Amino acid sequence: MSTVEDYVARIEGTCGAEKDVIVVFKYEKKEEAISRILKKAELKNNLSGIIYELTFQGLSFRVYSSGKAIFRSIKNKEELNSILTALLL
Amino acid sequence: MEPHRIREDFPILKREVNGNPLIYFDNAATTQKPRQVIEAEKNFYENHNANVHRAVHTLSQEATELHENARAKIAHFINAKDTSELVFVRGTTEAINLVAYSWGLRNLKRDDEVLLSLMEHHSNIVPWEIISKINGFNIKYAKVTPDGTLDYEDFENKFTGKTKIACLSQVSNVSGVINDVKRIAKVAHENGALMLVDGAQSVPHMPVDVQDLDADFLAFSGHKMLAPTGIGALYGKKALLEKMAPFQGGGEMIKEVSFSQEQQRCGISWNDPPWKFEAGTPNIAGGIALAEAITYLERLGMAEVFKHERMLTDYALKKMKSCCKKLALYGTLDTPRKCGIIPFGIDGMSSHDVALLLDNYGIMIRSGYHCAQPLHQVFKLQSSARASFYIYNTTEEVDRFVKVLKEAEQF
Repeated sequence: MSTVEDYVARIEGTCGAEKDVIVVFKYEKKEEAISRILKKAELKNNLSGIIYELTFQGLSFRVYSSGKAIFRSIKNKEELNSILTALLL
Repeated sequence: MEPHRIREDFPILKREVNGNPLIYFDNAATTQKPRQVIEAEKNFYENHNANVHRAVHTLSQEATELHENARAKIAHFINAKDTSELVFVRGTTEAINLVAYSWGLRNLKRDDEVLLSLMEHHSNIVPWEIISKINGFNIKYAKVTPDGTLDYEDFENKFTGKTKIACLSQVSNVSGVINDVKRIAKVAHENGALMLVDGAQSVPHMPVDVQDLDADFLAFSGHKMLAPTGIGALYGKKALLEKMAPFQGGGEMIKEVSFSQEQQRCGISWNDPPWKFEAGTPNIAGGIALAEAITYLERLGMAEVFKHERMLTDYALKKMKSCCKKLALYGTLDTPRKCGIIPFGIDGMSSHDVALLLDNYGIMIRSGYHCAQPLHQVFKLQSSARASFYIYNTTEEVDRFVKVLKEAEQF
């Protein structure tokens, strides 16, 4: 049974008033993670396969082909975990 | 300056990130290390490792000689009058904390005033705020203009008979603006106050002469000037260091600890400066490596280092101005008043988005507040992206950086 931790290496709150959250996917799992996210989230914009602007459950976020994602307006860890669970599993 | 030749000395610059050659533009946070510095640290551990001072064996004597020679080298680099004026610390933050606790805690009384500016790094704000909560003195913040320049008139007008110390960065870590700390030091001294200079962003990038500045204290970090992390220096005028109380207790800072049978207590006398402020075993290898980093920089010449970074800043600003309509440059664009730091943003993208986009192409920049939240409030920014240059950066790297920024416009 897969878990979010199978895909996520690290979660970091950013420095700045925006309070963005960066999710860093495990290097060996990043392509699978991005592929799963792209299947479930709605693609709003795509810059040459480098950045994907997506929405999911009313939440807007960006995924980078380097294996990182940036989420905005996340209220707490629980909300992020719930979104990641829905996107990745 | 020949950056292409210099790059040969930096093993890390040969690596790729996300399938692209690494471009390292986060030098204001920390710099990369040349082979010579890495070798100096390795050589110490492989051939001379021992604890310094108070041992008679050969290795300890070698380690002590290397350690104290490093101190002399670093002191000479900033033109300190005397080697004893150079205290080894972990970095700029610890150096400022040392002054705040050792000097400030004992000399600042209720109603006294400490003068700072709104462009200071948190490391030159927080120690003073902490101590003020204990001693009850006041802190005044001088204004910064919307283009990130220090409001000199405001700073100078804020001096009163109660001002005991003025603390100012010589170069802003966000805007790269160079402050005339010599001018402020003169006004501070005329008002009977001391002058602390935060040299974290100046000492690595330009010639700094503490006697010319007439700084009472100067703090700087090794890791921002090619040396390892965990080593830095505090310069303090000898007469001040002699009067100051120790910062931490134990080890090298002690002259004598004698137990009194009568009082059932230990009487303690302190070592002389600089050792009075160096409790515990110091970062010996770090100090030696910092001296090697200085040798490397001196070979290039600090004036040449400064010239190269200014050329890159000028080049990058010109390219950035025309590259993308969505791009905003923050702070003054007047390069003669700046060091090699460029804060910027892209409309519709947070600074972290910009940093992640560049990271995708192997380009490392910083995003966020850069530990200077009050200055971001002056700029009315939620955060900023920051590119910062050093001796190994090239115009070709700037071209690639600007090319990626152009892509952001499509988004």
